[in-house]
Amino acid sequence: MEVTEEMIKHVAILSRLEFKADELGEFTSQMGDIINMANQLAEVDTTGVAETAQVVDRDTTFRDDVPEHWQDRDTMMKNVPEKANGFIKVPVIIDKDDND
Amino acid sequence: MNFKSTIGFEVHFELKTKSKIFSPSPVTYGAKPNTETNVIDWGYPGVLPSVNREVYRLGIMVALATNSHVLPVTHFDRKNYYYPDSPKAYQITQFLQPLARDGYIEVEVHGKKNRIGIHEMHIEEDAGKNTHGTNGFSYVDLNRQGVPLLEVVSEPDIANPEEGYAYLEKLRQIVQFTGASDVKMEEGSMRVDTNISIRPVGQKALGTKVEMKNLNSFEHVRLSLAYEEKRQRQVLLSGGRVQLSTRRFDEATGKTVLERVKEGDADYRYFPEPDIPPYHIKDAWVKEIAASLPKSAADRFADYTGKFGLKPYDANVLLQTKESSDFFDAAVAAGADPQLAANWMNTQVNGYLNDNRTSLAEIALTPAHLAEMITLIKDGTISSKIAKKVFAETVTKGTSPKAFVEAKGLVQLSDMSVLTPMVKAVVDANPQSVVDFKNGKDRAIGYLVGQIMKQTHGKANPVAVNRLLNEELQNR
Repeated sequence: MEVTEEMIKHVAILSRLEFKADELGEFTSQMGDIINMANQLAEVDTTGVAETAQVVDRDTTFRDDVPEHWQDRDTMMKNVPEKANGFIKVPVIIDKDDND
Repeated sequence: MNFKSTIGFEVHFELKTKSKIFSPSPVTYGAKPNTETNVIDWGYPGVLPSVNREVYRLGIMVALATNSHVLPVTHFDRKNYYYPDSPKAYQITQFLQPLARDGYIEVEVHGKKNRIGIHEMHIEEDAGKNTHGTNGFSYVDLNRQGVPLLEVVSEPDIANPEEGYAYLEKLRQIVQFTGASDVKMEEGSMRVDTNISIRPVGQKALGTKVEMKNLNSFEHVRLSLAYEEKRQRQVLLSGGRVQLSTRRFDEATGKTVLERVKEGDADYRYFPEPDIPPYHIKDAWVKEIAASLPKSAADRFADYTGKFGLKPYDANVLLQTKESSDFFDAAVAAGADPQLAANWMNTQVNGYLNDNRTSLAEIALTPAHLAEMITLIKDGTISSKIAKKVFAETVTKGTSPKAFVEAKGLVQLSDMSVLTPMVKAVVDANPQSVVDFKNGKDRAIGYLVGQIMKQTHGKANPVAVNRLLNEELQNR
């Protein structure tokens, strides 16, 4: 599978990532290498092997509906860059109206 | 050119659990921001989500109540997106193997019954809540991150905004009576997204659909759909193309406003959730849940109007919420006369709840109290007038009606050996009333009843007093 610069640009937008134009070539070839490495799995003969979404041997494991307090707010918010009245403060995230 | 509309709904219900879907964080409406989250909710490295059994159980209840087929094998998928309401940058949902498929509900519009298909329903986690400031910042509360949701996706079977409204009403009622969700739009425990496309009559392929998210009320749903029908028609008639997009309903103008051009499904890069095993749902469990399903609103309506002989209007008032219907059922089970219980529920009780902005769960009155009070009215121990006093006491303090009536001496005076001489004395003392009565003035008797009530502090049985007075006056 060939990874193109357009694909990298598109995924970067989806992931809210910014990088310089001269980094694009490097990321494109690196990403291509990663994908191609993973693609080696396609060479394994899987005839007769059942399809699965997981590789550990667990099935239908439920937890009881019992609430527990694990971490308090101060602990959870330690890595939050900016806070206000217990909220996480972020640049405004509503999309600009584009009325017609 | 004539156009045909195709409307579909995606309705999210918050499932009523005590803890979140993938972590034991508590779920409390109105908790202080960011106080009910933990490392699983935030998606810290190395944490392992574990599925709350109750989420499946409640979801299966709704599936059964909507004639849907519970899938024997389900699993979760990751939907990737980057937004401040989810620090994990993905949502765990069921994309390929949902909880249930192929259901339907019946709706009635202008007396015409129609079956609306349910394509599928799946369970997933909610994201945090954003509050948008006016100062260029937004404020995020992650308490809602990980609250269990059931998303019910209709077939695009709905032909017009009225039918859409009826579908939502019915779906809300069905879900409410399973007890799986609070279904309160104002608290966000029911959220409605709708989509609509139009196409020229005769064209087979569906038109391009426009989605509208998070509508505040059923009325906004109806208005926004009606507006979109008109707008899309104008776009097509002027030679334009409808854009695959998400629009927002603007309450102030009654118009829909373009919010964003939609990302395709592929852009979410779904993949099977690697941290959660697949779920095999045993038939025996589904049967057990089916046996525990509370009676549906439709069945209750049939009982109320059939077995109890209530008017359809009264039955529907009782059925507005599961709480009120349950309360009524419990009062009847405790021995209350159904018609009297319905009257009291729909007038005095509802009046009290509205006036005091409270709910059945919060008042001191219990179904047993209501039954006790109604029995006192029925057997003539107290008059309806006194009953209102008793009600005022019980609803605020939880005093037993029987005990209150005895303690305060409110028992109705029906003893003829006491009332008869009283009536004679009153008539003797008011000779003018006898003349008025003979001249056909009905008011005369009302005045005399008032005198007796005054003497007995309102305790005289009004029916008995009226009868005795009539007899006495006619004999003069």
